[in-house]
Amino acid sequence: MTFLLESIFNGTSIGAVLLLAALGLAIVFGIMGVINLAHGELMMLGAYTTFVVQNAFRALGDSWFDWYLLVAVPLAFALAAGVGVMLERSVIRYLYGRPLETLLATWGVSLILQQLVRSISWQMTLQIALFCLLFFGGMWLLKGRTIAQRWHAWVTPVLLVLSLGIGITTGLAVGGAAGLAVTKPWFGAQGVDVTAPSWLRAGVNLLGVQFPFVRLFIIALTAVCLVAIYLFLLRSQWGLRIRAVTQNRSMSACLGIPTQTVDALTFALGSGLAGIAGCAISLLGSVSPNTGQNYIVDAFMVVVVGGVGKIVGSIVAALGIGFVNYVIGSGLFTRFLAPGTGLYDFFEFFASTSMARVMVFILIITFLQIRPAGLFPQKGRTVDA
Amino acid sequence: MAQQFGLGRRKFIVYGSAALGTSLLIKGCAPATDTGGGGTTAGSGETIKVGILHSLSGTMAISEKSVVDATQLAIDEINSAGGVLGKQIEPILEDGASDWPTFAEKATKLIDQDNVVVVFGCWTSASRKAVLPVFEAKNHMLWYPVQYEGQECSKNIFYTGAAPNQQIEPAVDWLLENKGKKFFLVGSDYVFPRTANTIIKAQLAAKGGETVGEDYLPLGSIEVTPIITKIRSALPDGGVIFNTLNGDSNVAFFKQLQGAGLTPDKYPTMSVSIAEEEVQAIGVEYLKGHYAAWNYFMTVDTPQNKTFVEAFKAKFGQNRVTNDPMESAYIGVNLWKQAVEQAGTADDLEKVRQAAIGQAFDAPQGPVKMFPNHHISQTVRIGEVGDDGLFKIVYATPQPVDPLPWNQFVAETKGFTCDWTRTDVENPGQFRMEGS
Repeated sequence: MTFLLESIFNGTSIGAVLLLAALGLAIVFGIMGVINLAHGELMMLGAYTTFVVQNAFRALGDSWFDWYLLVAVPLAFALAAGVGVMLERSVIRYLYGRPLETLLATWGVSLILQQLVRSISWQMTLQIALFCLLFFGGMWLLKGRTIAQRWHAWVTPVLLVLSLGIGITTGLAVGGAAGLAVTKPWFGAQGVDVTAPSWLRAGVNLLGVQFPFVRLFIIALTAVCLVAIYLFLLRSQWGLRIRAVTQNRSMSACLGIPTQTVDALTFALGSGLAGIAGCAISLLGSVSPNTGQNYIVDAFMVVVVGGVGKIVGSIVAALGIGFVNYVIGSGLFTRFLAPGTGLYDFFEFFASTSMARVMVFILIITFLQIRPAGLFPQKGRTVDA
Repeated sequence: MAQQFGLGRRKFIVYGSAALGTSLLIKGCAPATDTGGGGTTAGSGETIKVGILHSLSGTMAISEKSVVDATQLAIDEINSAGGVLGKQIEPILEDGASDWPTFAEKATKLIDQDNVVVVFGCWTSASRKAVLPVFEAKNHMLWYPVQYEGQECSKNIFYTGAAPNQQIEPAVDWLLENKGKKFFLVGSDYVFPRTANTIIKAQLAAKGGETVGEDYLPLGSIEVTPIITKIRSALPDGGVIFNTLNGDSNVAFFKQLQGAGLTPDKYPTMSVSIAEEEVQAIGVEYLKGHYAAWNYFMTVDTPQNKTFVEAFKAKFGQNRVTNDPMESAYIGVNLWKQAVEQAGTADDLEKVRQAAIGQAFDAPQGPVKMFPNHHISQTVRIGEVGDDGLFKIVYATPQPVDPLPWNQFVAETKGFTCDWTRTDVENPGQFRMEGS
């Protein structure tokens, strides 16, 4: 009994983390068909948001510190969603229907975001802000003017070089004058520490099974996210529109649904969920510029195994993978087998965390050979991308 | 969708160049921080070129960047005191990018193109193993600053970090004496933890301890639930956890240990890869009361350490901390400088190698000396994480411990030693000791 309860709880808690990481992807990749390799970096931004909020609350005092997650979760959602919309509007929308180019572009974005977090400082913020102001402000001012029409081909490169030059030099000058205070990176390449509130750091022992509160919190958070997505997609007007656009884009456009807004909204939702996932994983693991990379493969794995386009599939797949991972990795099989038998040696060999991962991959590959479309394949006409 | 593209392509170029510009901006800032304080080519015009080879990007950048800073500090101090043999040292910094083949490539580049006379660098054993053939083929010189698993003794490498008998073995002894006989071994899945655990298991078997289990996490993995289950079922009433995890997994391990109810009073954890920098990144709340074994802690009470910490903070910022690999890198540069001065040349590597053996230095950790096996003697210390994130030193060896690269608990290397001053044996890197 204890053993069964322990397996179920631990399998679920691993699955919940996988699911939370994969939920946003299930929407972006599953519903929109966009392969977003920067998904992990959106999670990373969520984790860093948690770090910043935590530090702000720590400054307020101990009684406030316990409740910083109440602010961190929505803020992580908002920030990641915001970055997601920027990403969609500036890069991805030009690449719809071209998966390879989307893949490369988002891979590039993920590298930019990682490096941004490593090196961002007041100096760099100033440089970027100045550049954006000069470049986009200049473009806006010149838009439609005669001078811009005559020198059409030159406007963009000249503005670009000028604003880059001014931005960088001003930044360097300010950095040189003010020194370390301005040039010091905010976060740096080092990981930062996110400490869970004290009520999440402990655990409780019931029926011989240890329940860490932080795991319970993440399971609850995942459940809340699931219910919210369900209500949004199936019960709200915009959810209806999203489903309509997914099924038939041109027909939806004909019926007056603003497909571009729907795209942006869907992407924002998926990215925002990545932000929440980032907030959750910051309580469990490390927060560093590479944090996102640890999850991206797992997240895609969950979505593919579950069946692209089906959120139910992702839920079952995440829990299944989590459960198998736990049962093999912790060597539970070996408890029921007689030592010395072939089967015992087999499971004993895979009963280490790194070998369990190998085993899970083997199982997934085998599974996909049998059911290439995943657990819950989409039926009927395929999605019009 | 199709109509969008005709109009969209031009816009895409605009945004594309904006993105390019942003990444240029980001890159533009990087050299300003990376080479800060470096490249002091002032002097008589002629300089001694040395290479620094560490990961400035990728997963290891976290740890290696600060070692670069410490190397830089040592070089700057030597330069402002007049340099070596009257010449300024000119460091050439290369990024190994946490990628082992890149390390080998960059080592070749430093030696062949930049004509450096010595290279300071590498952190992971994998990167050291990758550059080792390069340094041996070119008969060049590497100073390696990190504690490692031993079982290696190259003529072309000087090891200023601890060998296992200067970190792992004393830590196991101390745990056996003070914390219990039952050990669970946790490590990352690569060469250092696996070799270290082989040594620990052999040592426990020899000294009456017991290994109740071991497990390895893939590098970078953060899912530690199965490991925690195993620890709890192997050690239901508490016991010692010996931790050789590296990088991100450490953070996940300690964050989840506490919630799982494995607290330091019943499950004291001894780590060999967690120093002051890592404590900051994991969070003091999770680490309080756990232990680490090193040769140097920032809290070591010597006048040399006081000067070292102050100089480092003045150069790189008041909130920075110093740790063992940084101190080892600092020692390496200083020992090399002394060897060059005694040899009277920096270019004749054979002479520098011979002169290096026997060099003594008053390091921040206390006196150290280069041995004929290219390792240095070190004081071994055990520290407990305190409220401020620094280590309270609970044990220190009274004398520096002599280095033994070939482990004496492991059957394959028992009785072997290394002595690069010997000419009467076929392989001075590994030969059987007399009387064994």
